Amino acid sequence: MDSLALAVALPLLAALLATVWPARATLLGLLGALATAAAALMVITEVWEHGQLSTALGGWDIPLGIALAADGLSAALLAMTALVGLAISLYAAAYFDGRQAMHFWPLWLLLWTALNGLFLAGDLFNLYVTLELLGLSAVALGALGGDRAAVAASLRYLLVSLLGSISYLLGVVLLYTAHGSLDLARVAAALQPGPVAAAAMTLMIGGLTMKAALFPLHFWLPPAHASAPAPVSAALSALVVKAAVYLILRLWLDLFAPLVTTGAAMLLGGLGAAAVIWGSWRALHAERLKLLAAYSTVAQIGYLFLFPPLFQATPPGPGRDDLLAALVLMILTHGFAKSALFLAVGVIQKRSGHDRIAELGGTAQRLPATTFTLGLAGIALIGLPPSGSFTGKWLLLNGAFASGQWGWILVILTGTLMTAAYVFRVLSRAFNLEPTPPGFVTDARTELPALLLAAIAAIGLGLAAAPLWPLLGGGEDGT
Amino acid sequence: MTELLFGGAGILLFAMGLWSFLVHEPLLRKLIAFNVMGSGVFHILVAISERGALRPDPVPHALVLTGIVVAVSATALALALDRRLDDEDPDG
Repeated sequence: MDSLALAVALPLLAALLATVWPARATLLGLLGALATAAAALMVITEVWEHGQLSTALGGWDIPLGIALAADGLSAALLAMTALVGLAISLYAAAYFDGRQAMHFWPLWLLLWTALNGLFLAGDLFNLYVTLELLGLSAVALGALGGDRAAVAASLRYLLVSLLGSISYLLGVVLLYTAHGSLDLARVAAALQPGPVAAAAMTLMIGGLTMKAALFPLHFWLPPAHASAPAPVSAALSALVVKAAVYLILRLWLDLFAPLVTTGAAMLLGGLGAAAVIWGSWRALHAERLKLLAAYSTVAQIGYLFLFPPLFQATPPGPGRDDLLAALVLMILTHGFAKSALFLAVGVIQKRSGHDRIAELGGTAQRLPATTFTLGLAGIALIGLPPSGSFTGKWLLLNGAFASGQWGWILVILTGTLMTAAYVFRVLSRAFNLEPTPPGFVTDARTELPALLLAAIAAIGLGLAAAPLWPLLGGGEDGT
Repeated sequence: MTELLFGGAGILLFAMGLWSFLVHEPLLRKLIAFNVMGSGVFHILVAISERGALRPDPVPHALVLTGIVVAVSATALALALDRRLDDEDPDG
């Protein structure tokens, strides 16, 4: 059994089954989610044992066949997708019914297929195909609510996404013209600095920053993420945006390593810093919880782009390994925390019919578990110990100190303070009533998946971060 | 020579499409512009499959076919969303 192929084939199969048998879509979807998570677990165990995996589908070798590959980085993201995906699936089974469920499950499983395919793709063109598949299914899911605002936001998201991927595609074509191969490893080995490679890098990374919603190309994200149904918002913010960040990271560190300049790294870092400040500022002034969560995503994506200048200044060695682990830890923590936040907001929205922050009073009394979830997710977003982002930010600060880039430290601290401000703004409203709650959990089926994700983000990833180092190091000895 | 002609035309098409995509507001014009950009990329792919005396390189052909499928699906989805917007338009 080939676990890499299974991780892509199982969700695809489940999506097809849910399409042809819509009456049983929820059951098939849940089974598909379980099977996909199991396949992801298999991939992760194998990567843990062997360091690197690769397979040629159907025995067709590159260049004509499709090669799948996995290393520590893709295994880490695959694991996040599996856990967040399982929680979203459980939640969605209780959240959607009737026609919406019929439409949700095939698209959601297709989205999962595209995510797994993207994390495991070993060549540039399959990355393009999975990127497009991801974009199309994400747009369709975003429009699932069906109201005008959601459809308009999704249409705008689609146009941005198409522009991003066609720009990426032109970059791929330039690389193929120059090197006659699409395989990531082969192109990386053959790559020579020059005008063609520089143009390809600009086109590919530029196109992807659009999909990653890096400031100032973030304008499409808040309306699209805030107007989608809660489980979809969770998937878009936690997983879909991360896929673009993953691909940027992959290209930056593996493919274009000989080409990246301090200037380009500083540009990404500067845009990241602007995203941290601007996103947090808008989150602080948002009137609706979902909009707050969406702007918070813009800010949190910003943190991830503070890493390239530090990578550039840090020579290979333990310092750089720490930075990479910190970056992945922050990606994972945000994935869990933001999906938890969106799912919890969905519970509040369903119960009280709105998500206006000013009218949240009494939420702590009515929905104690969900309010606790908001608090835990908030801890992870701020980066309080023992959350994963505490460790991540600590290492990020260490890297900035070590390379003497003081400006980033100021950005990180300001961003953290602003995050604390917007999290406490929500919590202070939510605790705004006297009576004692009747019980901690109000609706186990929708509240527990959200709570679980927040707990992983706030507590689990911080305490259990150690395995990440050997996983990313690629070997069993972990150095 | 043909190679250069096709490749150059491809880059020109991509640039013109990009300009039109960014400048024009109506969705139909944006979609046509996007498809022109796509054609530009496919032109370049067709140009580089030329290998002199050898048979043409099959890989770009596979890429163009996949690319066309993706472009058609994306255009269809955009049109479907736009139609939904039109149907719900309170004025129309």
